[in-house]
Amino acid sequence: MTQPSTKPIAHAYKATKEQAPVYSRAERKLRNANLRGRFGLALYVVLLLLPIYWLVNMSFKTNTEILSGLSFFPENFTLDNYAKIFGDPTWYMGYVNSIFYVSMNMVISLLVALPAAYAFSRYKFIGDKHMFFWLLSNRMAPPAVFLLPFFQLYSSVGLFDTHIAVALAHCLFNVPLAVWILEGFMSGVPREIDETAYIDGYSFPKFFVRIFIPLIRSGIGVTAFFCFMFSWVELLLARTLTSVDAKPIAAIMTRTVSASGMDWGLLAAAGVLTILPGMLVIYFVRNHVAKGFALGRV
Amino acid sequence: MAAITLNALAHTYTDNPTKPEDYAIREMTHVWEQGGAFALLGPSGCGKSTLLNIISGLLKPSNGEVLFDGKRVNELKPEERNIAQVFQFPVVYDTMTVFDNLAFPLRNIGVPEYKVKSKVYEVAEILELSDQLKRKAKGLSADQKQKVSMGRGLVRDDVSAILFDEPLTVIDPQLKWKLRRKLKQIHEQFNITMVYVTHDQLEASTFADKIAVMYNGQIVQFGTPRELFENPAHTFVGYFIGSPGMNFFEAELKSQGEKETLMFGDHEISVSNAMLARLKAMGANKVTLGIRPEFVHVWEGKNSDAFHVDVDYVEDLGTYKILSFLFHGQVMKARLSEDQKVPSGQIYVSFPEQWTKVYVDDYLVEVTDATVDNDKTKEIPHAN
Amino acid sequence: MQIKVENNKAWFLVLPVFLIVAFSAIIPLMTVVNYSVQDIFDPYTRYFVGTEWFKQVMLDSRLHEALLRQFLYSFTILAIEVPLGICVALMMPTKGRGASLALILVAIPLLIPWNVVGTIWQIFGRADIGLFGAFMSSIGVDYNYASDPTDAWLTVVLMDVWHWTPLIALLCYSGLRAIPEVYYQAARIDQASRWAVFRYIQLPKLTNVLIIGVLLRFMDSFMIYTEPFVLTGGGPGSSTTFLSQSLVQQAIGQFDLGPAAAFSLVYFLIILLVCWVFYTTIMNMQKDK
Repeated sequence: MTQPSTKPIAHAYKATKEQAPVYSRAERKLRNANLRGRFGLALYVVLLLLPIYWLVNMSFKTNTEILSGLSFFPENFTLDNYAKIFGDPTWYMGYVNSIFYVSMNMVISLLVALPAAYAFSRYKFIGDKHMFFWLLSNRMAPPAVFLLPFFQLYSSVGLFDTHIAVALAHCLFNVPLAVWILEGFMSGVPREIDETAYIDGYSFPKFFVRIFIPLIRSGIGVTAFFCFMFSWVELLLARTLTSVDAKPIAAIMTRTVSASGMDWGLLAAAGVLTILPGMLVIYFVRNHVAKGFALGRV
Repeated sequence: MAAITLNALAHTYTDNPTKPEDYAIREMTHVWEQGGAFALLGPSGCGKSTLLNIISGLLKPSNGEVLFDGKRVNELKPEERNIAQVFQFPVVYDTMTVFDNLAFPLRNIGVPEYKVKSKVYEVAEILELSDQLKRKAKGLSADQKQKVSMGRGLVRDDVSAILFDEPLTVIDPQLKWKLRRKLKQIHEQFNITMVYVTHDQLEASTFADKIAVMYNGQIVQFGTPRELFENPAHTFVGYFIGSPGMNFFEAELKSQGEKETLMFGDHEISVSNAMLARLKAMGANKVTLGIRPEFVHVWEGKNSDAFHVDVDYVEDLGTYKILSFLFHGQVMKARLSEDQKVPSGQIYVSFPEQWTKVYVDDYLVEVTDATVDNDKTKEIPHAN
Repeated sequence: MQIKVENNKAWFLVLPVFLIVAFSAIIPLMTVVNYSVQDIFDPYTRYFVGTEWFKQVMLDSRLHEALLRQFLYSFTILAIEVPLGICVALMMPTKGRGASLALILVAIPLLIPWNVVGTIWQIFGRADIGLFGAFMSSIGVDYNYASDPTDAWLTVVLMDVWHWTPLIALLCYSGLRAIPEVYYQAARIDQASRWAVFRYIQLPKLTNVLIIGVLLRFMDSFMIYTEPFVLTGGGPGSSTTFLSQSLVQQAIGQFDLGPAAAFSLVYFLIILLVCWVFYTTIMNMQKDK
């Protein structure tokens, strides 16, 4: 039997575009309250950026100029400080080392946290709650507590002064955080999607990689961002577990103290260079940040 | 309490509208009389929520004016218009008790506490919320939450109108019925102008005295449920109202000497002579004919006025049956009562002249006769 | 809330996490426990001392002071950062280019390595080469974070507020963004004041993110080490020596492994306990509502 064709008119009406109603944002109660808000925000941002600006400003000055008095713009603009960093492998390798172990940590954290977060968001199993709490409690462990044991542990297995040692050590706080964030995002994905996929004949790994991971893309982006952030900014563990080959830039910066006094310009330039990767990363995730900062749990 | 007039109103979300399609609301003039219960019916995206938000002041119309009792209110903010609005998803203030929720609009305008109390108790009584007053609003069920949001509109004495934006979407079916009755009862008791937006024709016709059907940013018909059913002013109304909707088919006006006939393929469809004359005067060759499945006559035997058609299939819906048949290659439907014999194979159908509606460019063509109320046609805006 | 299926095979999915965290948490923790009950002279000479080190740690007045200082510090920065963060979030635009820009700018301090944060303020606060220091002296305040304990405190607190208020602000911002527009519309129709909108719509919806924010900030401020280490080195005297710093001094500076280990455990337990108390209190408060 042939399917009855729908009436031509009905066709036309069904085809009418379903425009999502666009609400203009309800205007704020008072226009000047709004202006006050903008002004307040601008003030806050200026105060926030002032210390950073000062660092940037200093990085383009010579030490003589720095010590001779305050000025908002460098009088003798110089790139010497940066040239010194880029011309000396012991300096710039610090950046390479940092980026290297941070990336490794990001990959490891995501790889192990993804299946675990899935398990926590979908299944009940013996000890699940305790396991979850124990994981989170590691986020509360002061790195200072683990300093010495880490040093001994990684020395004894021959990993001291390698990138992987720092990457693994940072897993202490990044893996629990990653599991926590991802679990939040995954719980927002309806179970029915999993079930439909299984009915359609997907195996678990195939379903996970092909269907599930694309669904929580933004969650993964946000998790990677947080892993990057906490690994990039940490110094205590990174410094303790390295000496030469994997020494992070943040630790190398302490070299600017020498017998002849502080090399302020060099210190400032090195500092500025550590801020840039972070800004780059925020720029890439800016559209997910609003949701991401609530860790998927609003 | 107020009559709401929309005067040459139009709204667009784009900055430089050029075509009529750029408008979410196309220019319209419309009056909601004081004290009436009205429904605004239409599919999603037709502009009905936009229209509601313009009335409440949440949106500023790009053109035209909104008048409350003849006074222009375009410049007034929602809080100054004294309207109440109930949204699709219940809005309650989670951390407050039901009592505080109901008292909120009164306290905001500084009503003395003893008055707040008596008013809240009164409204809670009507909405059957009296025993919930001390509870936190957070723990309420969806229908109770929706009642609370309605109650916030009712506590104010000065409310000009209550606007409902599909308020029963999240309510369980059996409770929908109860709440709708409650609304009706409140309307009778308070005599407030109420405008109820919905896409559900049943909801619209049980709640409202008069329904405005909206399509593509325009009100295509404003009338009682009966008028909408019997005399759809626009093909969309025929399609949207009724279940199943109207049968439509294209016919051609042909002249055979002096005589005009309306032909659907090689079948002649009978309409009144006055109609034929009118169509000729309009110069319309192609017309759309519409007939409700309820009005299609089904004959078992041969009949001189009836057409010979093939039965496609029959759906039994319990209290009635829907017969689908193929008429000149087009699927049409007829509604059969429960006890009518189920035909099969070949049957005969006829279209009573009185119920065969004629549309040109989607708008109903009417010829003046006693059965048509002339005022109705004034409500129909012209197609752009 | 979705219904979860009982399935113990899920353990296989958790196993990698368990192994990696066990490697970086359990083994070191066991080492710490091991140290805490022994007196170690060299790798081959050690004595079991029982709870000796714990007693010593619990009675150490320097640690009491550090703990007190730590609590004072954590509460001070929370008291400033939470309200300030909420205000900033309320002021941030929700749409358009301005929103992205504000977001990026506000987030910058969060991605600066902690020692660089210390460095920035070390420079910024100096009267000879720093803008803030110079500003303070120009308005007649005798300001020197390296020699005056009050100034040192002020600078450390200011640094933390500068560094971490953005976290609270961004958390609140995402919380605010999750409030449906219709709540604001209803509030307008109910003629609610700006304050009422904040108190009854925005604040209740912020509770969840604020719990996350306060917990994170409490934990992290309780573990703070790098920034004050760079800025003041814990001084002048021991006025800005917080728990982590005393611990590192003891463990690495003096190599008192036993007491340091005992101290570590006590320290960890305090954080767990405070977080747990805080968390359950808030959860119970929410249930009562």
